[in-house]
Amino acid sequence: MAKLVILGAGIAGHTAALHARRKLGRQHEIIVIAPNSKWNWIPSNIWVGVGWMKPEQVTFELAPVYKKQHITFKQARAVSIHPQGDKDHAQPFVSIEYTHPDKAGQSEQVEYDYLINATGPKLNFAATEGLGPDKNSLSVCTYGHAHQTAGVLREKIERMKKGEHLKFVVGTGHGMCTCQGAAFEYIFNLEFELQKAGVRDKATITWLSNEVELGDFGIGGMLLKRGGYITHSRIFAESLFTERGLNWITQAHVTRVEKDRTHYELLNGETGVIEHDFAMLLPPFSGVGLKAYDKNGGDITSELFAANGFMKVDADYSPKPYDQWKPSDWPKTYQNPQYKNIFAVGIAFAPPHGISKPMKSPNGTPINPTPPRTGMPSGVMGRIVAYSIVDMIKGKNKPLREASMANMGAACIASAGAGLFNGSGVSMTMYPIIPDFEKYPETGRDIKYTTGEIGLAGHWIKHALHFAFIYKAKALPLWMAVPE
Amino acid sequence: MVKRNPYEQNYYPPVPTKLTRWSRVSLIWQTFRFIILNIKILRMVRKH
Repeated sequence: MAKLVILGAGIAGHTAALHARRKLGRQHEIIVIAPNSKWNWIPSNIWVGVGWMKPEQVTFELAPVYKKQHITFKQARAVSIHPQGDKDHAQPFVSIEYTHPDKAGQSEQVEYDYLINATGPKLNFAATEGLGPDKNSLSVCTYGHAHQTAGVLREKIERMKKGEHLKFVVGTGHGMCTCQGAAFEYIFNLEFELQKAGVRDKATITWLSNEVELGDFGIGGMLLKRGGYITHSRIFAESLFTERGLNWITQAHVTRVEKDRTHYELLNGETGVIEHDFAMLLPPFSGVGLKAYDKNGGDITSELFAANGFMKVDADYSPKPYDQWKPSDWPKTYQNPQYKNIFAVGIAFAPPHGISKPMKSPNGTPINPTPPRTGMPSGVMGRIVAYSIVDMIKGKNKPLREASMANMGAACIASAGAGLFNGSGVSMTMYPIIPDFEKYPETGRDIKYTTGEIGLAGHWIKHALHFAFIYKAKALPLWMAVPE
Repeated sequence: MVKRNPYEQNYYPPVPTKLTRWSRVSLIWQTFRFIILNIKILRMVRKH
């Protein structure tokens, strides 16, 4: 009998748990440790953030699903990993601290044979002074944040209906943020909702982001075929912003957020201030702060984790300049090089470097997006790693399964307004996620699979995916037929 | 059509024509695009 412990029940961790359970007999134990009692379809938080959906529509309780699937669920946060065990444990184990109200604060050591780290990120609002829903800006990173944001938006709409002109700022709250796509979706949904409420003329909406240009999205932008040209996603994005009457400021590192204004530094070293009545600014991500100890209690955190707190896997972490970055630097199996029974997937793995070119202002401030690794890639990694572990448990002498982002495509369906007949979505596909200028010297990606278009169909797909992925995550009949 | 002021940031990007904007909400055209996009996504997914 083997024991698989999974830290985190987000897209990557939950997918791994369901696939592992499907492939492993009940003599093998699967334990999921996650601090939240609910699963959240994060891509739909955007719609919660504009009030189009309620938190209950994007979440469900995990415990009944895991009970039905014979997966042990511990509502707790992982504190430390002990990959060599300690004087009381011959087996490796994880120290956890319960967050479940009935056991809050209690600790436990959970032994494992195999460990998947899928904790997701820490939302590092503290990186920027005044950033965050407890301070001066809003967020849609969690359903709770999104619900709060929707409430504030309602208030602002009421004020605009009374004739006030208000300023909205949407984007990234730090020079090293990722997930620009979420802010991108939010700004268009916000604009759409203001149109619907009949107050669009009372709002100035500005995009503020760390991208070098609009349409970078942390993937260095992409070249795609449109209207008889191979064009950059920058043109695609600028067109959309212009059409909707949105202003944009890029190459910005937010230095401070005040109640009614945001301070930023630009890549050229200039500084600026933008006034706002409503600011939805995403935080940078970091690792969740897991520690690691050897069998004598010595701190080995830096062996298991990179400086940003994400777990080291089979990537090439040797520092190298942008022009020497290669697709082969990216991990394939997500196995920790030192402890072969530990894997990290989704945001929890440490990327070898960015995808967008690293840049610094003359003051030395890094201003460039960090690589996104959420959504579809996270789910694929979760499945592939679960299959690898199943092979190892069953003693199959097979090489580990591979799912490199350099050899993986992604479909990004960004909502640009929710409505069955008047909504809109931006449908982007790309292959591969990591550009490969050796294989595709002209465009970095396969132009046949790298596309972008805007229209109602995008909204339909995004809405259909909402239901499909929640169905899958609930492990309802034939859930495995829904691909990651 | 969006009002664009010379030499300001919104002067340069392409903006969709009336026909393009109509096609984005045309039920018949978007149903066709819905099918095509799903096929594209499924082909992509099959690669993994």
